Amino acid sequence: MNGGGENITVGGRSLWQSAGERLRRNKAATFSLWLLILFVVLVVAGPWLAQHDYTQTNLSLGSTAPSLAGGHWFGTDALGRDVLARTLAGGRISLLVGLVATLVSLLIGVFWGAVAGYCGGRVDALMMRFVDLLYAMPFMFFVILLMVVFGRNILLIFAAIGAMNWLDMARIVRGQTISLRHREFILAATLMGAGTLTIIARHVIPNLLGVVVVYVTLTIPQVMLVESFLSYLGLGVQEPLTSTGALVNQGALEMETAPWLLVFPALFLAGTLFCFNFIGDGLRDALDPKSDEDGR
Amino acid sequence: MSWIEPVFTFTLKRLLSAVPTLLLVVAATFFLIRIAPGGPFDSERNLAPDIRANIERSYHLDEPLLQQFGRYLGGVARGDFGPSYHYRDRDVSDLIAESFPVSFKLGMTAFFLALLGGVTAGVLAALRRNSFRDHALMSLAMSGISIPNFVLAPLLVLLFAVHLQWLPAGGWRGLGSVVLPAFTLALPQAAYIARLTRASLLDILGSDFLRTARAKGLSRSQAVWRHAMKPTLLPVISYLGPATAALLTGSVVIEQIFQIPGLGRYFVTGALNRDYTLVMGVVIFYGSLIIFMNLLVDLLYAWLDPRTHRKQ
Repeated sequence: MNGGGENITVGGRSLWQSAGERLRRNKAATFSLWLLILFVVLVVAGPWLAQHDYTQTNLSLGSTAPSLAGGHWFGTDALGRDVLARTLAGGRISLLVGLVATLVSLLIGVFWGAVAGYCGGRVDALMMRFVDLLYAMPFMFFVILLMVVFGRNILLIFAAIGAMNWLDMARIVRGQTISLRHREFILAATLMGAGTLTIIARHVIPNLLGVVVVYVTLTIPQVMLVESFLSYLGLGVQEPLTSTGALVNQGALEMETAPWLLVFPALFLAGTLFCFNFIGDGLRDALDPKSDEDGR
Repeated sequence: MSWIEPVFTFTLKRLLSAVPTLLLVVAATFFLIRIAPGGPFDSERNLAPDIRANIERSYHLDEPLLQQFGRYLGGVARGDFGPSYHYRDRDVSDLIAESFPVSFKLGMTAFFLALLGGVTAGVLAALRRNSFRDHALMSLAMSGISIPNFVLAPLLVLLFAVHLQWLPAGGWRGLGSVVLPAFTLALPQAAYIARLTRASLLDILGSDFLRTARAKGLSRSQAVWRHAMKPTLLPVISYLGPATAALLTGSVVIEQIFQIPGLGRYFVTGALNRDYTLVMGVVIFYGSLIIFMNLLVDLLYAWLDPRTHRKQ
């Protein structure tokens, strides 16, 4: 990744400008970006847009198929709740968990990796040994255990999933930091008397942005997967809140008689994950034209 | 044989370094459960205090926490995970021994399916970069990564079991019942492996040593087959550790969907029943399995990668 202030040439394009251009040429990524924006708007504006509240039951109505005339575009579930409103509400929780938990892992991972990489030596060895140790832990099982033991609390979900995902981030950031450490602009900052933390915050982290952005876009769908997996097992958010995983679970139980209960939440979940993955892939190719080959 | 000694020391070193990791796994699971509110016998209402005390004494729950931990640790070291709280008169070790073979069969089938399918797809895609075949295979891989197991599974059941009636919808009887669960379990991992293989092979196709091989008169397929495959597979092999972990977690949900009497399903029911010893046993068992798999992967990697030999 191109780092420092080498973009002084008159009329030159910055890294981000050319990356943006490359991203715009990537049709799958551009389409995904717009679709995702649409999803986010729908999910945020859901409560105002939908004619029905997602918790409002109507037992006399029961499970009805999707119809435009009836006012329930995605149909209703066995309790007469509007599936459209529920899908949007579930999507809101899933996206929220995805963003917040990724943010948690981002903060821990960037801090850990940058400090380890910049300090080097024994500090680095110790910090990374800790990461190695945690790597071997069966984390998913611990998260399930946490959910079982402490009850289903949304804050805990954020923290648990976030704490599980920071290891990769720390490793990537450390590697990048080590390659940055001996660059001239860092040396210049040191000579001007900047302290370690200042250098990390002002000079190292901004130069990690490219890698971090790509990694974040690819982490969000992974986190959403974990959350929906937990919800699917009945260990995620608690009623009356709902999430796409929980909706898929309920839908799967009645898929033979009321397939719309499964299809719409499943489409929403898979669609969002597709979008994030395509955008992440696109960003990676755009920011580093050479590394179309960087694997997963 | 000169290679035995370094392999032996390497294995020994790794086994030794696995000890603190395992201890951490055992300690974390044990104390996590103990600091939690509630207990395994809370669900039985109207329990007279002295009866309750008797039950707790019979499970050594009245001892100081550290002593209980020591007792548990000693048991685990001997492969004894204690009695199940829910399935009375059953030991957790028995439950694991009884149900793990089923999970193992499912997991192994999925593992080889993912490895074989993923590598084949990745190689086929990389050899014709940007062709229709490449795009089709990579779109498939993207779907594998983006469509969760538990979304795909009911859809496949709906299609192949309910409508076409080619395969059973669940249960564990005969070869047919392995197909759908193994496929759904393997697909995301196959997708990751396909992407890794493609990226890795593309990298190697542009390397100098392969050009040299071509210059010496090998055809493209000969050069790829003889010289590119081994280095291509290195990143795939280092992914096999995480892949195993993912397969184990995945099987928790797959076993539930397809009603397979494996260990993963015990984990879920154990968690819901607050059967703490059972849950702890499964976590520790799976944790050791993952650690063991990582050791195998490292050995395999060292064997295949000549650069690691030179260091020793």
